[in-house]
Amino acid sequence: MNFYERMMSLDRRWVYLVIGVVVVMTAIYPFRVPLYITPEARSVYDFVESLTPGEVLMIGVDYAPEVMAELHPMSYAITRQCFSKDIKLLLCCLHQNGPGMVEQVVAQVAEEYGKVNGTDYVYLGYKPYPGITILAMGQNFRIPFPEDYYGTPLDSLPMMRTITNFDNVKAIINISGGSGTEYWINYANGRYNAKLAIGVTGVMTADYYPFLQSGQIFGLIGGMKGASEYEYLAEKGGYISKEKDQLVASKSMPIQTTTHIVIILFIVIGNVGYFMTKGKK
Amino acid sequence: MRRTLPIAVVTGMGLFMLVQYFIPLEEFETLYEWVLDWTMVIGCFAMLLGLYSLTTMMVTKVKRKAPGWGYSLVALAGLFFMVFVGVVPHYQDSLKYGTLFMDLFEYIYIPIQAAMFSLLAFYIASAAYRAFRARTILATILLLSAIIIMLRLVPLGPLSGINQWLVNFILTVPNMAAKRAFWLGVGLGATATALKIMLGIERGYMGRD
Repeated sequence: MNFYERMMSLDRRWVYLVIGVVVVMTAIYPFRVPLYITPEARSVYDFVESLTPGEVLMIGVDYAPEVMAELHPMSYAITRQCFSKDIKLLLCCLHQNGPGMVEQVVAQVAEEYGKVNGTDYVYLGYKPYPGITILAMGQNFRIPFPEDYYGTPLDSLPMMRTITNFDNVKAIINISGGSGTEYWINYANGRYNAKLAIGVTGVMTADYYPFLQSGQIFGLIGGMKGASEYEYLAEKGGYISKEKDQLVASKSMPIQTTTHIVIILFIVIGNVGYFMTKGKK
Repeated sequence: MRRTLPIAVVTGMGLFMLVQYFIPLEEFETLYEWVLDWTMVIGCFAMLLGLYSLTTMMVTKVKRKAPGWGYSLVALAGLFFMVFVGVVPHYQDSLKYGTLFMDLFEYIYIPIQAAMFSLLAFYIASAAYRAFRARTILATILLLSAIIIMLRLVPLGPLSGINQWLVNFILTVPNMAAKRAFWLGVGLGATATALKIMLGIERGYMGRD
């Protein structure tokens, strides 16, 4: 086996080793990644920014811990921005492993800003079958969620007195790591005409551009890069700060960047080997 | 009767859901909310059925000492322990941050799932190295598109602007055209399947038929 053939057939353990070393080294010696703020991420930020104190924003958190590296920073940044601006939050979860994720975000951020459950925010909890639950919420939040996550009847919560269905929230931001987003687009926007923006994982991002162009969603935060764009805007707006260690996605971006460079290098190595041996075969 | 009744129910409900969407009558709204309630109740029974099915499958595996029965035992123990911890104290109290149920979720479940998903980076790197070869023109286009999209995360100095333009172009022109065709296909397929079910042509939901 000559040099070029070896370039084509590196043992996978070498690939694993290089990736592992690069990830660890970048985590130890981070650097700043310059960001291009995409208009689709900016439009979500600008919309939240345009809300006035007392208005209600709904966040649908539909993801499990496996994608929390990409999506949790979005939830934190949006929640912090809303609580800083005294915007009321209505949260729900339509993923079976998501209730704990919402509770983590809400419990922590509400404590930071001294926000009260039932007055400043309401966490509806989890219900299975996202399609049916969204359709029911479009009629009345009390159909799928007669009580909130903590067991308090919705009617006894001060914030819910003026909220019946999607008509009473300014917009919905769905942060999702799976097919839940399609239900929100089809039913919340399609059937009830709710204003909708989404935050999705990097691999899902390309799927949702048609909905952005058609106006069915007004914004899209894509993957860790999108999350770090949002964090950048939120930091500039004074809602989160690096000193308080609130820029989680931005901190992880160098690792993602170097990993991508390594993957591209491996692809180039494989292709150089392929072309150099092609003629000989 | 065993066939006619389910088909009649499905056709009736399908027609009702179709008609109520286009005719905003108050009676339809009430009936629609009632249907949504019922759907959720039926859905809960499906979950119970799933739980029963999973438990019996695991128990059988453990009883027969089938290969990998130890994993089934761990899965059963995990399942019932989480149910016990979550339900016994009063299930709504256990859902709050800082309880044993939430601690198990935060300190066991989250790291397990995050670790599993992190391994993907290694597999994807290895798969990309092996699979992305410019063997044909189409493969070359795919390869170049993938590299351009991946490079959007990489600081390229003065070339970043050009790359960002290319990324936007790929995502909003060829990608969007392909995705739109895909979604239209899915939509038409779903409509055709729904019609077939409502008309009693597609009967797969009734089991053997």
